[in-house]
Amino acid sequence: MTTRYRIHLSMQYKFDQPVAAGRQLLRLSPASIPGLQQVVSRRVTIRPKAHERRSFTDFFGTQVVEVVLPTGQTEINYDMLAEVICTGESDSFDLSAPLADLAGQIAVVTSLASGSPHHFLVPSPRVPLVRDIADFARDVTQGAVTAREAVVALGLALHEALAFDDQATDVDTPIDIAFGGRHGVCQDFSQIMISGLRSLGIPAAYVSGFLRTLPPPGQKKLQGADAMHAWVRAWTGGEAGWVDYDPTNACFANRDHVVIGYGRDYSDAAPVVGMLRMGGAQTSGHAVDVEEI
Amino acid sequence: MSGDTLGSYRTLDGVPDEFMDDMGQIRPVWQRFASYLDGLSPSERAAHLARADQYLLDSGVFYRQYGRDQSAERPWPLSHIPLLIDEAEWRELTAGLFQRADLLEALMADLYGPNRLVADGKLPPELVAGNREWLRPMVGLHPRSGYFLHFLAFELGRGPDGKWWVLADRTQAPSGAGYALENRVATSRAFSELYARQNVYRLAGFFRSFRDTLTSLRSEKDGRVAILTPGPLNETYFEHAYIARYLGFNLVQGEDLAVDRGSLMVRTVSGLRPVDVLWRRLDGSYADPLELDHSSRLGTPGMVSALRAGGFTMVNALGSGVLETRAFMAFLPKLAESLTGRPLDLPNIATWWCGDPVAREAVQCTADRMILSPAMAWGLPIEADGAQVRAGELTPGDLAERLEREGRALVAQEAVTLSTTPALVDGTLQPRPFALRVFLARTASGWSILPGGFARIGASPDPAAINMQNGGSAADVWIVSRNPVREDSMLPSATPSDRRVTFGALPSRSADNLFWLGRYIERTEGVIRLLRSYHARLAETGDPDNPQLNAMLPLLTAHGVDPAQGIPEGLLSSIEAAIATAGQVRDRFSPDAWSALDDIQRTATRMATRVTPGDDAARACSKLLRKMAGITGLVHENMYRAMGWRFLSIGRLHERAMGMAQMLAVLSDPQAPEGALDLAIELGDSQLTHRRRFTVSTSRATVIDLLALDPLNPRSLRHQIDALREVIDSLPDANDHGALSPVAKAALRLYTALAVAEPEDMTPEVLLRLREEIGALSTLLTGAYL
Repeated sequence: MTTRYRIHLSMQYKFDQPVAAGRQLLRLSPASIPGLQQVVSRRVTIRPKAHERRSFTDFFGTQVVEVVLPTGQTEINYDMLAEVICTGESDSFDLSAPLADLAGQIAVVTSLASGSPHHFLVPSPRVPLVRDIADFARDVTQGAVTAREAVVALGLALHEALAFDDQATDVDTPIDIAFGGRHGVCQDFSQIMISGLRSLGIPAAYVSGFLRTLPPPGQKKLQGADAMHAWVRAWTGGEAGWVDYDPTNACFANRDHVVIGYGRDYSDAAPVVGMLRMGGAQTSGHAVDVEEI
Repeated sequence: MSGDTLGSYRTLDGVPDEFMDDMGQIRPVWQRFASYLDGLSPSERAAHLARADQYLLDSGVFYRQYGRDQSAERPWPLSHIPLLIDEAEWRELTAGLFQRADLLEALMADLYGPNRLVADGKLPPELVAGNREWLRPMVGLHPRSGYFLHFLAFELGRGPDGKWWVLADRTQAPSGAGYALENRVATSRAFSELYARQNVYRLAGFFRSFRDTLTSLRSEKDGRVAILTPGPLNETYFEHAYIARYLGFNLVQGEDLAVDRGSLMVRTVSGLRPVDVLWRRLDGSYADPLELDHSSRLGTPGMVSALRAGGFTMVNALGSGVLETRAFMAFLPKLAESLTGRPLDLPNIATWWCGDPVAREAVQCTADRMILSPAMAWGLPIEADGAQVRAGELTPGDLAERLEREGRALVAQEAVTLSTTPALVDGTLQPRPFALRVFLARTASGWSILPGGFARIGASPDPAAINMQNGGSAADVWIVSRNPVREDSMLPSATPSDRRVTFGALPSRSADNLFWLGRYIERTEGVIRLLRSYHARLAETGDPDNPQLNAMLPLLTAHGVDPAQGIPEGLLSSIEAAIATAGQVRDRFSPDAWSALDDIQRTATRMATRVTPGDDAARACSKLLRKMAGITGLVHENMYRAMGWRFLSIGRLHERAMGMAQMLAVLSDPQAPEGALDLAIELGDSQLTHRRRFTVSTSRATVIDLLALDPLNPRSLRHQIDALREVIDSLPDANDHGALSPVAKAALRLYTALAVAEPEDMTPEVLLRLREEIGALSTLLTGAYL
């Protein structure tokens, strides 16, 4: 069985003053990932028309659109429309390595391909090792024997400990601050979990994507109610490989999760890099619709 | 023996010495030098060494030293005695370094290409994947020139067995070659008689061929070669400016560059111009805030994209810093065999990566000789950075535990012992440990080596003390031939490649800085002139409430100057602004002009502490004015009349015109006190002319005529505007077949207004309006060119 989605993302930036030309990198469209999802079509539309535009695939396999916008804009819009077939099944068996064996299993992977666990074991620009997070991770995974058990234990514990609060943090809030306040959004949940997993010796990656949200029973789904989302990918051994876990919702990633791309942390996978920051003079908004077809 | 220079020289126990063998005999390569030095009386020797110091002082050679909270420029610490190396030994060393350079190139190509070494188990993946210098966006990008590495440095030391070892590979953005040149000039001045007779290989040829190579890497004839610097706050900025001036390339910062349709461009006063080859002195991760370090403020958005498009050649390729990883030293000997087909001719310092159980065992067996340090470190093993631990100081149990727990993050290296070379310490030669930095450049015919280098000499017999930040010094390196060497001066010669470099378009940032430098110099001079008149009058009348003094106050406060202070803060800050601005364009600035600026700052700062208002201050100002005249001459009159000079001139004329308009508006006001017109003539430095042109005494009409409208008076407003218009007309796109640019039009309007004006038209209101219009020129200029 497969599920087929039409995904529409619309982002808008408004400026009080006309802004100078900017070069930006957009990571907005889903990726084709063997065994997980297949992209049927994808298109990114930019208004005003970009002065320069090209696409490339980054190190981690994400489709990147590079644009240069003309000067003097007061409004910029990005629209992404894609059709994706999701084929992934989440494993219900635990084939992951015992925690005690994980280091040995990592060491025998002699690869630097983008899916190699080695990229995701050491601190990265946005995910330093934080003692408080490491202590927390160690405490809540005391009983875990396998890597997968540790992933679930940490994910559940973070889900309970952290309050979802989209006013408490912004995209640049460091993880130790977010963790200290015990609050944040999916980006904070994920990066805190990544830091915790790495402190346990479990390779962990950041996943950027879309989440389909289902309306409460009996209600009609609202337009734009879906969201850009982030979750975690953990490497749990040579046999089980990667498992995707969503700490914001305390579940393994499932058919409702559509992947844009992977990275060591948000800095590798940010949807938009290079947007001018102009203090209070800028407003932005985005809306996502993930529609099953 | 005339002095006791050599008599007391004793080598250190068990440490090989460059100068003297175990038997206490001076080595053959040094004999000529030794007898020359010995033949000098102490006063002769002092005079010789002073020549080197004077040279360094005059040319303003400095480096930046970082303290706890701040950094400061420090004079260059030259160790006067050069290190001498025999040609035959050098040749052997060179062959080993060329092999190593090829090895590093091959390693780089694998790390950013197929990654076979990791796949085959020859290099642990974590040392690459966990390495902050391995730049993922560069993986799979093939350099346009065909090579990743073009300019390398190696840090060498001589071990206890007398053999040379590589202590570190410098592949990121090696510094020191410019300092090596300055060391050479200084040292050859100190020992000029000997230098002329000793067969010492010259350095210029190396730089010339590297310059030719960079030039040949361009894809188009009109492409530019530029040197990318992090800017004046960098430790070795002096060298960046020096090399740029020496090779005749533009020195640019990240913000000077832009990427346009896959090409790298430099913002110039003539618009965007292509850069075809960029020699970077900036760490790779800072080069592009979009694809590399997002927090970088030193980079250029799109730099990686331009490389991906093959738009330019980067020297060295971004990501080359990964080769400096300390843990790689443990693998290079074996990798040499797989990548170059033979063992390393020149070994590197023995290194073990403690992630390997066999290595851990070896480290435990010889713990007393081992230093533990982070595997992911990029500095020199001799630069103690606080992270080193002597393995022998841990108990065997603690060591075993630590290796087991943290082994993958650790390397062990044999404690470095360095040979010694003579340095002058309190008038006698003493053996001091040293490390030698040598430089390789890729040319059309393969690697070439700078025949010399840069020796870092320890402040004490402890090898850890060679770091310059810790008091070490630097010495020239002489490669001595047994036969006469080709004379090859560092001064411009007549070889074909040395023909006049055509000046590329002036980078906008340089133009901006030159414009402001002109303004600050002129402003400083104007303020001193005002202060002098003020204090001279104060001395004459002894009355601080004198109406003439009061009339001058608004002119002074306009520049933030409080005349109650003898040499006011406002003046010092104007000088400081001039120096800071000059520092931004050091590559376009003669050393003489630099030291003149430096001199006036020191003089003014000294005066500020003791000069009192009145006669004392007036005389101090006269002295400063004379020094200013020197600066003006050096900066302005000796500068090549290219585009940079035009912007400097515009700044100067602009400031002077603004100052004159304001001064006249204030002092020719009918309400101004008696004597104000004479004061205006004095401030305008035009007493003699006035007396000659108008036999009558000063009247408003004569003063306005002379200071505002007379085109022949070099201080008049009219003269500044005429000159401004002329220079502005010569700027790019100012006059396109009669169609004037906005700034050229504005200059023409001002010119016309003054040309047709009569003295009685020039009321204070008109003068102030003119001043505003002159001010608006600056905005127009900035919009068009800067």
